[in-house]
Amino acid sequence: MTTKYTKDHEWVSVSGDIATCGITAYAAEQLGDVVFVELPNVGRIVSQGDEVAVVESVKAASDVYAPVSGEVVDVNEALAETPEGVNEAAETTGWFTKLKLTDPAELDALMDRAAYDTYLAGL
Amino acid sequence: MAMNTIGRPTAAVANDAAAPTTFSGARGLLQPTSLIFETGSIDRTGVDLPPVKGVKSRLGGVARTTSTGNPGLSEPEAVRHYVRLSQRNYAIDLGMFPLGSCTMKHNARLNEKMARLPGFADVHPLQPVSTVQGALSVMDQLSHWLITLTGMKAVALSPKAGAHGELCGMLAIRAALDAQGQAHRRRVLVPESAHGTNPATAVQCGFIVDEIKAAPDGRVDLSDLKTKLGDDVAGIMLTNPNTCGLFERDIREIADLIHAAGGYFYCDGANFNAIAGRVRPGDLGVDAMHINLHKTFSTPHGGGGPGSGPTVLSDALGPFAPVPYVVTRTDGTLDLVEHEVDSDGEPFGRMVAFHGQMGMYTRALTYMLSHGADGIKQASEDAVLNANYVQACLKEHMSPAFDGVCMHEALFDDSWLEGTGVTTLDFAKAMIDEGYHPMTMYFPLVVHGAMLIEPTESESKASLDAFVASMAGLAKAAKSGDTARFTGAPYHAPVKRLDETRAARKPVLKWSPPVEANKIAAE
Repeated sequence: MTTKYTKDHEWVSVSGDIATCGITAYAAEQLGDVVFVELPNVGRIVSQGDEVAVVESVKAASDVYAPVSGEVVDVNEALAETPEGVNEAAETTGWFTKLKLTDPAELDALMDRAAYDTYLAGL
Repeated sequence: MAMNTIGRPTAAVANDAAAPTTFSGARGLLQPTSLIFETGSIDRTGVDLPPVKGVKSRLGGVARTTSTGNPGLSEPEAVRHYVRLSQRNYAIDLGMFPLGSCTMKHNARLNEKMARLPGFADVHPLQPVSTVQGALSVMDQLSHWLITLTGMKAVALSPKAGAHGELCGMLAIRAALDAQGQAHRRRVLVPESAHGTNPATAVQCGFIVDEIKAAPDGRVDLSDLKTKLGDDVAGIMLTNPNTCGLFERDIREIADLIHAAGGYFYCDGANFNAIAGRVRPGDLGVDAMHINLHKTFSTPHGGGGPGSGPTVLSDALGPFAPVPYVVTRTDGTLDLVEHEVDSDGEPFGRMVAFHGQMGMYTRALTYMLSHGADGIKQASEDAVLNANYVQACLKEHMSPAFDGVCMHEALFDDSWLEGTGVTTLDFAKAMIDEGYHPMTMYFPLVVHGAMLIEPTESESKASLDAFVASMAGLAKAAKSGDTARFTGAPYHAPVKRLDETRAARKPVLKWSPPVEANKIAAE
């Protein structure tokens, strides 16, 4: 399982042709307490960079972009009732969507953990 | 002469004891309040009407048989409830209200006096126009002032707030594109720092929003803008001065680029108070702009009154202005064009059922006439001067987000709070204890932990000095490790620190009667 990161602070973890996506712990911390998560409908086709979800905190509402292209095959329904799950475990149980990859090559251009950490250090 | 030597003492006795908790729950003049539903009871009423006799209900089966559940209160109870609530309110009439991007300026009492004249206050929207010539004249003169101040061609007075004005402007742009056979143009460019209403309006009108990056100096990144132009671009929505309180210096070039690409230029007029009387948006290439009468032209807002967002339109968009609008007939009387068929343009429709906010028109025109063109210009200059004074005084204590002079609002980031354990939110809460309405915080989003301060021209130097001293005192306290002052604030407000997270996650939006009360009501 490989995990990659975007400059917009999304992570994507790939297993087979299924990519689990969410926002990074850094993003969750910057947002502050998350109070609302809007998730896409299962079946929606998204392209890399499309707005796929909305995350709202006490500070601001932000778009979450699809880190890769694909079809939404599952969403983390639990976040609707317990949005704090994003703050508690952003990079594991606080996942947003599962996408069925249409272009695995897109992953190559994303950052690995080390590159993302370097990117964060520069912010 | 006989002296009363056993009466009340006349000198205060020094008393360092902590204030006792009262038996009533009141704190001196601050009376306790509960919800009106909790205050009310079914056995009380403010009116005493005799039962209606000899009237047969024609409602048949749809007549209500159960209680509406409204609380019963005597008139003094109802009055006290709302007066007590009002005493917990903060208002521009109570103190400085430096809420950035909102232009919380003083609403002159003369405005109120004029708006209450019966000829303006008591008109009915369906009255024959021959009986409301004075009111129409106010609308006509206001239109003239707005067109002149902005250098535009036409104005739609009727939109009822800023975002409604945006909707009006964007609908005019869409109507113009449709009329030119350019309906495929659906992309609207919106800078990162835009007011949230801008992208929302664009989407509401069926456009697709494309974000333009900000340059490091807080202004639109021209190179990013150029890459996003194309033959599917409907226009750009830009605020000038922008939400960072900075003038978009490249605005002429931005206008030229967007026009060359076949799009229109929508300007968000929320920050017009920085430039009114000094710059005409029409000269900058703007095609549509709403004007918040309730900001720039002092009519009350923020819970104090309805908004009003007239939208000025360029030559190109003027013909699409919505009805109604005022025209002068050949005999010199004023009339309202109410229908598309009797208009000489191609109105896209109408924004409101009637004519908009008459009270706001009267207040705004009063402001304009009492200030004059020179006064409006001076008000803008003073607003900019005041903001720069605040920025200059606080520069050594806090960190301005951008170098150089600002326009009508001073923007700070939270880098100066780093390591103190105090956040922008905590700082804002401590301002409440200092007796100030907090500044706008965490907006614009492009600045980390943003604090946006707009003092407006209403504040005197003495008032600004008091504000600056208070802010500087807080800044020093934060840096010296007095974190409890912030993280526990507000200490002196009627309501202490609220759990905003829980309020947002588990909002309680409806009052439900306790079970016991339900049972009694049912009996």
